[in-house]
Amino acid sequence: MHDIAFTLNGRPWSLRVEPRRTLVDAIRDDCGATGTHIGCEHGVCGACTILLDGEPVRSCLMFAVQADGRALRTVEGLEKDGALHPLQRAFIDHHALQCGFCTPGFLMLAVGVLERTPNISDEALTDVLSSNLCRCTGYQNIVRAVRAAAEEMAP
Amino acid sequence: MTASGFPNSRVIGHDVARVEDEALIRGVGRFVDDIVLPGMLHVAFVRSPHAHAAILGIDPSGALGMPGVHAVLTLADLAPHLTDTRLVVAMPSPSYRQQLHRPVLADREVVHVGEPIAAVLADSRYLAEDAAALVDVDYDVLPVVADCVAALEPGSPTAHRDASSNLVAEMTVEYGDVAAAFAAAPHRFRERLWIHRGGSHSMECRGLVAVHDVLEDRLTVWSSTQMPHAAHRLLCDIMGLGERQIRVVTPDVGGGFGPKLIFYPEDVVVAVAARLLGRPVKWIEDRREHFVATTQERDQYWDVELATDDAGRVLGVRGLLVHDHGAWTARGVNVPQGAVAAMPLAYVVPAYSMAIKAAATNKVPVTPVRGAGQPQGVFAMERLLDSAARALGLDRAEIRRRNLVPAERMPYATPMRTRGGIPVVLDSGDYPRCQQMALDRADWAGFTARQQAARAEGRYIGIGLANYVEGTGRGPYEHVSVRIEPSGRIFVATGAAAMGQSTQTMLAQIVAEQLGADMSNIRVVTGDTAAAPLGIGGSNSRQAVLAGNSAHAAAIRVRERVLEAASQMLEVAAADLEIEGQRVRLKGAEEVGLTLSQVARAAAGQAGFSLPGQAGPGLAASEELVIDAMSYANGSAVVEVEVDIGTGAITIRNLVFAHDCGRALHPRIVDGQLMGGIAHGIGNALYEFMAYDENAQPVTTTLAEYLLVTATEMPPVTILHMESPTPLNPLGIKGVGEAGVIPIGAAVASAVEHALSSFGVRVNRLPLSPVDLLGLLNAATA
Ligand code: FES
Ligand code: FES
Repeated sequence: MHDIAFTLNGRPWSLRVEPRRTLVDAIRDDCGATGTHIGCEHGVCGACTILLDGEPVRSCLMFAVQADGRALRTVEGLEKDGALHPLQRAFIDHHALQCGFCTPGFLMLAVGVLERTPNISDEALTDVLSSNLCRCTGYQNIVRAVRAAAEEMAP
Repeated sequence: MTASGFPNSRVIGHDVARVEDEALIRGVGRFVDDIVLPGMLHVAFVRSPHAHAAILGIDPSGALGMPGVHAVLTLADLAPHLTDTRLVVAMPSPSYRQQLHRPVLADREVVHVGEPIAAVLADSRYLAEDAAALVDVDYDVLPVVADCVAALEPGSPTAHRDASSNLVAEMTVEYGDVAAAFAAAPHRFRERLWIHRGGSHSMECRGLVAVHDVLEDRLTVWSSTQMPHAAHRLLCDIMGLGERQIRVVTPDVGGGFGPKLIFYPEDVVVAVAARLLGRPVKWIEDRREHFVATTQERDQYWDVELATDDAGRVLGVRGLLVHDHGAWTARGVNVPQGAVAAMPLAYVVPAYSMAIKAAATNKVPVTPVRGAGQPQGVFAMERLLDSAARALGLDRAEIRRRNLVPAERMPYATPMRTRGGIPVVLDSGDYPRCQQMALDRADWAGFTARQQAARAEGRYIGIGLANYVEGTGRGPYEHVSVRIEPSGRIFVATGAAAMGQSTQTMLAQIVAEQLGADMSNIRVVTGDTAAAPLGIGGSNSRQAVLAGNSAHAAAIRVRERVLEAASQMLEVAAADLEIEGQRVRLKGAEEVGLTLSQVARAAAGQAGFSLPGQAGPGLAASEELVIDAMSYANGSAVVEVEVDIGTGAITIRNLVFAHDCGRALHPRIVDGQLMGGIAHGIGNALYEFMAYDENAQPVTTTLAEYLLVTATEMPPVTILHMESPTPLNPLGIKGVGEAGVIPIGAAVASAVEHALSSFGVRVNRLPLSPVDLLGLLNAATA
């Protein structure tokens, strides 16, 4: 067992975990933040995408111990004072979610990308978004929503 | 907001905000894996690594000795608590030649990789999986049936050791004098086709949580199912319990697409385990299990013939469909039946005879995936029409135009019947006009010039089209109740189940239209057997039609009650009242009125006082509108592709989808449903392949091997709408949940063949991977 500490959406956590415990299980089961979902556990679908020190990562492919000392952000941390993040608003406005299972992963992927590359090109944006899977929407509304939010978030 | 197909409507027909989104977007939705109960145990299943083997013994001792392990359950442990050790779920059909009811857990024989044999219950999933690896199963490997065509050859091994053959079901769907039609026809065309469809791959896999409340003697099962009421009935039956002793609830469901309507062995095991161990029990399917234990659609081999006159008019269609049924009958023969029913549906086909043979194989059982056989039936018909057009020198659009059921013949009674024996009557629509809309938008007429220009640059582009007609809204009913609570809030409960298709929004819209137009005042509960006494659930693009119209009828009745009671209380005529938000008020004098809460409290009554109005107590109504006849939606897809003849890669450059699903309750949701279906259709056409080797070992068991469409594969898509309201239901709506997927494979095949017409390539299979395409090219040029 290992003792680790990290922050999740700004709040400090100390956990004792087995070395094999995945980060997504720690986030969901130990921290109770079930907004991050598990779609494959083999690093392909992106439903488990979170931000680790600002970088989008697949939390099913990381062990919890690797998060020791790091800052994690998940979908639960997107709202500010009860107001939705522009990306969350844009997903609703563009009907970019149906079942909503893939949505937190797409949101965190997009937040991570737009924070680093606010004026990303259309082509590069579609390319980045192709790293996550959605079975419901056919993607076009997701791409539109992220594009709209990018414009709103642009400095 | 888009213009509404419903005249004077305030809510229905408009792109209102979805009620589902607020929780989902914040990450506070509740999917089954989000449910955590104190003392909960976790299940891992021991599954067969063999496609076919006898089980000689199961030794759980290694697993039971591990700390944190509470039980290892086999069929022998469960049987004393069950009324039957098999899941008897096959839909009725006279076509069965053998019954293949699957066991709750395999005990003497395993017949596909992934079949569950034992359940390990432990303090965590990690421990349960560790222990599952220590359950020692002694197998004697048996000969394997890996291919459905070979399965029917004389001398083939059998998928089940004791079976005399692999023929599970056979039937012929026919009408008219096909032999005479073919004997007299001047032209005949034949195609041999192999059509593969993969799995559903909802992003959320299956999952269950069960807890037994000993105080109430009630077992609650949260299940990511599309059919909670069916699961409830089957659990009551197999556990020998009364209806009140089990409650099935669907929490948020992360996509269904067909296989989640099936009742599975895991459903029984988890439910029984929770009672046996007296602890909450959770099982969440992982993706690898989804590949080997969740039902799929797979292989169909078609040998089909078309007879036409000199003008390309269809005289008859006949053939044989060999269908991979998988190892068990987990639903029925509805996939091949749906395929054969869909094949001629868009066209005037005077004589038809299609034989179906369903063959058992040592693979996961086959049941419907979004489209349910219809994409395959459409593929077969459209391939035949393309080959007729080519031979007769007709434009591919023209041969279709000559054969589509014309608008002036609506309603058009076909000689066919549904699987339930209900006549197939195409109720409304203008199929030729719909096709023309798609052609015009895709510039079909100008394509030859584009193609020549591309050819001059050494590029191969092609255009293709396909039509479909889809039976939607399969009856007989769906339950909806509407009640105004004393608080004035409106509570709606239904047997319909939500899995991402905006079912709650749809019902809230319909109820709000009648009761104040304030969707925020309405709470909709879907998929809870404790909230709705009856229900069928999500399949066959049925819920907007059946539940929507029941909600409409129930809301109108509640509205009448509200107005009747208020008119008595206010001493004005009911006709002068209106409901706005949470108030009933006098038209033109808005300050005169009552809150819904006041009316509801008065209508609830007080001992010794009379009720307001003549409508009886309470402000509630429930409806199960019975609609047996299906409403038929239609559409046409035109696809433009570019083929790289060096690599075999196919790129879809443009896709136009013109369709008619009657009136649209929420245009943006309709588009969303179609777009998702189109993406699924592109996957089926080009990428998705559930591969097995010759020993029936699955070889695509991750999403890195089984490819789903991503954002980069989506072409520009234009969706065009026609609205032919069906006369079959008061709202005039047809289903749309599956439509998008149906014509895509056929249209892509047509386009690819067109792109490579100079090589004489014939596309007779799906999907088309680059390697497959190079194979077709080599064969054509050899
Ligand atoms: S769950 Fe992590 S990538 Fe799919
Ligand atoms: S919205 Fe259902 S998987 Fe994306």
